[in-house]
Amino acid sequence: MKKRKNEEVLLSAGQIAKKKFFQNKMAVLGLIVIILFVILSVFAPLFTKLDPNQTDLLNIRGCPNAEHILGTDDLGRDIFTRLLYGGRISIAVGVISMALQLAIGVTVGTLAGYFGGILDKIVMRIVDVIMCFPFFVIAIALASVLGGSMTNLVLIIGMLMWPGIARIVRSQVLVIKENEFIMGARALGLNWLEIIFSHVLPNIASSVLVASTLSVASGILMEATLSFLGLGVNPPDPSWGNMLVAAQSMSVLKNQWWMWIPAGTAVVLMVLAVNFFGDGLRDALDAKSKISAGD
Amino acid sequence: MQIYSISLNEGKMKKYICKRLGIAVLMLLGVTMIIFAIIRLQPGNPFLMMVQFDTDPAFMEQKLQEIGYYDPLPIQYGKWLLRALHFDLGYSIQYNAPVANLIADRFGNTLLLALTSFAISTVIAIGIGVLSALYPNSIMDRIMTLLAFIGVSIPVFFFGLLMIKVLGYDLKLLPFSGIETIGKHYEGMARAKDIAKHLVLPALTSALTQTASLVRYTRASLLETVSEDYIKTAMAKGLTRKQAIIRHGMKNAKLAIITVLCNRIPDLLSGALIVETIFVWPGIGMLNYQAILKQDYPMIMGITLMIAVIVIICNLAADLLYSAADPRIRCEE
Repeated sequence: MKKRKNEEVLLSAGQIAKKKFFQNKMAVLGLIVIILFVILSVFAPLFTKLDPNQTDLLNIRGCPNAEHILGTDDLGRDIFTRLLYGGRISIAVGVISMALQLAIGVTVGTLAGYFGGILDKIVMRIVDVIMCFPFFVIAIALASVLGGSMTNLVLIIGMLMWPGIARIVRSQVLVIKENEFIMGARALGLNWLEIIFSHVLPNIASSVLVASTLSVASGILMEATLSFLGLGVNPPDPSWGNMLVAAQSMSVLKNQWWMWIPAGTAVVLMVLAVNFFGDGLRDALDAKSKISAGD
Repeated sequence: MQIYSISLNEGKMKKYICKRLGIAVLMLLGVTMIIFAIIRLQPGNPFLMMVQFDTDPAFMEQKLQEIGYYDPLPIQYGKWLLRALHFDLGYSIQYNAPVANLIADRFGNTLLLALTSFAISTVIAIGIGVLSALYPNSIMDRIMTLLAFIGVSIPVFFFGLLMIKVLGYDLKLLPFSGIETIGKHYEGMARAKDIAKHLVLPALTSALTQTASLVRYTRASLLETVSEDYIKTAMAKGLTRKQAIIRHGMKNAKLAIITVLCNRIPDLLSGALIVETIFVWPGIGMLNYQAILKQDYPMIMGITLMIAVIVIICNLAADLLYSAADPRIRCEE
């Protein structure tokens, strides 16, 4: 009996993090919403029998009814169906652009932080130049040069947003490399690549995880905005952003709420869920914050 | 000891300022080069839009040679930069007028919108942030934290559209398009009132996301300070918790807030582009968006350059303010 009690007290870092995370109701709710949205869009054909690009010119801008639960759009396409399929593209843009940012940001940040010196100076100057720029000013200019498409959208977001991750990684690496275990690893004769992979990266994994979660949220927001301005995902492929283009028409904005509010709400809910999840993750992985007693 | 350290700091401060200025110039060069490269890579010849379709191709070619259309990119960049130093940003292809004048005409409108939303969001955010940090985990703190979360998660344009729909169309409370009522030529106070009415929705929309992120920042940095030992010391010396936080905590949170305020300028200008486009607010943002749609290179370059200068000046200001508030910064490097 006594022994079991002791085991309960001695939790591993991972178990503590898990416990802390599941105590945070909003973070858990966020996780549930994320899973729900991902399932709904990945398995879209299971939830709707309609084709997202099936037009019905006799039934345009129809209000929500039993057959079309969120009504139809300008070309008579079912909005609920397009919302599900649009989720695929919007979430994919968020996730793939995050992966791109992660690849560039972690590589650049680790090298700059680990080696320091002139490499660090040059890299951080580049980071400053990119970060000091208003995102949408440059993103819109880039999108108009490259043309709107999902690939270009991912490239633009990835290329403009990696400095955020690079900065976080660099500052963490600067702290980690002063530790004795790095000196120990060097003394053992490990080369820099081995040290980075087996001693530096595992120690920065949690902050990178949090930063990348939050960058999925901003990726989805950016997709919505750029597609709304006509510079993102091209029709007829649905995305949450380009479904909102409907609201550029004054009459739709005024009279046909079902043509734009659902897509906007989907963006808000998804981004909110990811932000809550990321925030919960940050608290859970932060060794400084303690497990709250009740709450 | 005291005197010695002050004179040492003055010398260091001067050196620090020079260094920051040098970096700022370098950044400006870097930024302009990137923008120049991007914009010159745009497909299509924008001058084709300016001439009549039956213009003699040979004549056209000669003119293009003359204005340096075929120069190597670095030379074009150099020429453009030299002219820009004299506030000559070239002619807008779309409007057939000097870019500098067009920007100057619209700049006041953007400034009005940006400053209003900046003021609204700063006051609200610092107020809420301080209250939230004073009473952490109270009902009010929870509601505010939730609202701040929603604020950072909602796309600015979607919030703007909702405002137009609800406050503009459904309730008919406020105008939502342009800066003045078209067809009515108000004078003096009546005009100011008309503009103020048109300002409400765009300013609130633009203030929303800034308020949200600033609330989170103020709250987080205050909460971090609150748990520091010197707050306990101050309380042990007889201050109430509130006094300790406001007198000692705010002083330390000040640093973080300065940085965030200055770093918000790029977001403000970025947001302006979208808010101005939605509310048809005749400012730089709308000018830029139209220029991009019309491939008006000189205009895009001019606006981007201006924004880059503003942003870099703000970054510089943030660094200098920061080092003035915290002497440790300048001794670091």
